[in-house]
Amino acid sequence: MLALALASTGALALSGCASGGATSGDGSAIITTNGSEPQMSLIPTNTTEVGGGKIITSIFAGLVSYSASGEIQDEVAQSIESDDATNWTVTLNDGWTFTNDEPVTASSFVDAWNYGALVTNAQGSSGFFDNIVGYTDVANTKDDPTGATDDSGAVLQIPDPLAQTMSGLTVVDDTTFTVELAGSEADWPLRLGYAAYSPLPAVAFEDMDAFGQNPIGNGPYELAGADAWQHDVQIDLVTNPDYAGVRTPANDGLTIIFFASFEAAYAALQGGDLDVLDAIPESALANYESDFPDTFVNEPAAVFQAFNMPYYLEHWSGEEGKLRRAAISMAIDRAEITDVVFQGTRTPATDFASPVIDGYSDSLKGSEVLEFNPEEAQAKWAEADAISPYTGTFDIAYNADGPHQVWVDAVVNSVKNTLGIAAVGKPYPTFAASLDDRKASTLTGATRAGWQADYPSLYNFLAPLYQTGAGSNYEGYSSAEFDTLLKEGAAASSVEDATAKYVEAQEVLLQDLPTIPLWYQNTSGVWSETVSNVEFGWDSVPLYFEITRN
Amino acid sequence: MLWYTGKRLLQMIPVFFGATFLIYFMVFSLPGDPISALYGERPPSPAVIAQIRAEYNLDKPFVVQYLLYIGNFFQGNLGTTYSGRSVSEVMASAFPITARLAMLALAFEAGFGILVGLIAGLRKGKLFDASALVVSLLLISVPTFVVGFVLQFVFGVQLGWARTTVSGAAPWDQLILPALVLASVSFAYIVRLTRASVSDNLNADFVRTATAKGISRPRVVTVHVLRNSLVPVITFLGVDIGSLMVGAIVTEGIFNINGVGGTVFKAIRLGEGPTVVSFIAVMVVIFVLANLLVDLLYAALDPRIRYAK
Repeated sequence: MLALALASTGALALSGCASGGATSGDGSAIITTNGSEPQMSLIPTNTTEVGGGKIITSIFAGLVSYSASGEIQDEVAQSIESDDATNWTVTLNDGWTFTNDEPVTASSFVDAWNYGALVTNAQGSSGFFDNIVGYTDVANTKDDPTGATDDSGAVLQIPDPLAQTMSGLTVVDDTTFTVELAGSEADWPLRLGYAAYSPLPAVAFEDMDAFGQNPIGNGPYELAGADAWQHDVQIDLVTNPDYAGVRTPANDGLTIIFFASFEAAYAALQGGDLDVLDAIPESALANYESDFPDTFVNEPAAVFQAFNMPYYLEHWSGEEGKLRRAAISMAIDRAEITDVVFQGTRTPATDFASPVIDGYSDSLKGSEVLEFNPEEAQAKWAEADAISPYTGTFDIAYNADGPHQVWVDAVVNSVKNTLGIAAVGKPYPTFAASLDDRKASTLTGATRAGWQADYPSLYNFLAPLYQTGAGSNYEGYSSAEFDTLLKEGAAASSVEDATAKYVEAQEVLLQDLPTIPLWYQNTSGVWSETVSNVEFGWDSVPLYFEITRN
Repeated sequence: MLWYTGKRLLQMIPVFFGATFLIYFMVFSLPGDPISALYGERPPSPAVIAQIRAEYNLDKPFVVQYLLYIGNFFQGNLGTTYSGRSVSEVMASAFPITARLAMLALAFEAGFGILVGLIAGLRKGKLFDASALVVSLLLISVPTFVVGFVLQFVFGVQLGWARTTVSGAAPWDQLILPALVLASVSFAYIVRLTRASVSDNLNADFVRTATAKGISRPRVVTVHVLRNSLVPVITFLGVDIGSLMVGAIVTEGIFNINGVGGTVFKAIRLGEGPTVVSFIAVMVVIFVLANLLVDLLYAALDPRIRYAK
């Protein structure tokens, strides 16, 4: 859910400098890195963007966390087990405490999740609990069960939630709780490293607003005192001596400085006022490798970029639409655009997810439709014209408050030159404005789309975007075959079987092309020579705890 | 004079209401639902969105929203940002920094600008005058962000004399470089204004009279030439105070200064009506007061100007 529209830059890559700096322990090894003012107060279930996300994952430890490659490793969890992928038993390790010395128990998780899901708490990440039994009651997504209707006959929405807690969550004892899912999900534990699943101490529920300003967690870092969060300026984190997990910091703390632009952050790094920058500004794309010859990273990441093709437009449905989408896709020279426009900081897409996600393949059946092939594109377009001749202009909508104009223009030019049709970019002033037209199904052409995974799972790239009626499926794609494969994947008894089904589901997408995959945004970042062991996680955020000061 | 000042202050009231109403309306008219946009590609359920919209009164018609805002305004409550911070708190952190930056910039542009302009005016056609004209032309024609990036790179990155970006507390010494950047264009205008004005006044009758009376050259220049030449410069500075407070957004962005310009820009992008309007309201007051001050200064500088009852 990381709000790609507002800010995001990729990152994922292994590129550690091997040198074993030791923690000095006198507080001098504080690492400075870039960030942005959290959009909301620091409550795990209400943090939905990168700025707050990197702080939450530093000060909280959930059941599991992610390694650099996106594998889950146990933190508070001792085991997460299930026989049927529906009923899960979670056993916790002993000895974990919050920084206020309160022990981390099964209730710390269950209460936090119930808080996050309850509609009256209006938490941005409430949807993450939607597969737990009882969610529809607390999230108030149900119509009035008495069937009462208003004058026009519409079923009345009930104002209050039917329950305060999810019936699928049961605390067994201090270190055990069970979770009943609404449907089976073999890779459910993969989700649990996401920030929204963090535990909360009891003190949080007394005054959540105050807690959000000065959160108390159980992660590798804690806030450095009551004034640690200087709004719009920076947040100071120090190591948590009681942290008992796998992410033990090799430094003494972390200062996340909020930058209004990556340009300013890049200058700060060059001037020695910053240690690590997890992005490269457009202005430095051409020279970051010479500015930081040994301390940069540029690798594909779990950020997928594309443009969606609504089905409700004339010429874009049925067999004709299918031909036209394939033609458009083959008319785009992805390799050249990623090279010229992005200076190689994007990687041409070969699927609908990302190379860093388990199940990735560059040779899916039908993936030749993602290759630049002008002759075939023209042939398919002509075939579609034989069904019904195309007139008008092909446009791609984008929000002009993000850095999209250059590549959209490059893509439409590629289409224009290959197919000989009129094609233009269609700017909306803000992301909100473009979202309005997408929701109302009033687009006049394609629309830019992007997805950054919340957790490293193929399912997370597919279900929310293309499943019939899914929350982010604004363009209204619906395929029975695709839905069935997703369901079968979710119900599979092992992660391997599930992945196989998701791969098949992607092959359905390649035929229908509800979205035209473009490229993966790379993890790109630079750091100063004063620090070592900089490694970026699967989610493009550096693994801060590993960084050492030389 | 007192009457005139009072009248001008009273005029602020309709200006205040007109400006806040207009700005609020413009923010309200921004396309798109700001709450849905907060969550990007993955929105929470409609029930959650509806609840947050209600919390910020976004579900009400425009006039109701505006009246609620104005009502709270006069009770000292400026509303909250979407992140839950009170707008007055945001203002309390942004305005002092911008005020420091603007004061430094004003001091630079007024101090150096008038000095250089005066010398250039007195030595018209000489080498100093010619170089002042060339430099000012350069500063006027090069965009601020270019000057900003160049100075940041030279002094911050290469020479290391200044911090590349300003730290959170934004102390005076760190603001010197940004203030120079911010002042650069106005400095150039002031040089040219002062120069033209001084060279005009040098030939004025009252200067010839003063010289004929045997008053020393330094006194003629400072008391008679310079003082009378400052009227257009002061007018410019008065308007410029407003732009320095509001228009520092480019400079603030380059040096990562947490000031008014950047805060308002962010609030506009998020569609945060209360934040935008509260900031603008304060700026309107600053603008009006600065202009009043300028008008009053006219009378002090030029004895020919008097304000009638």
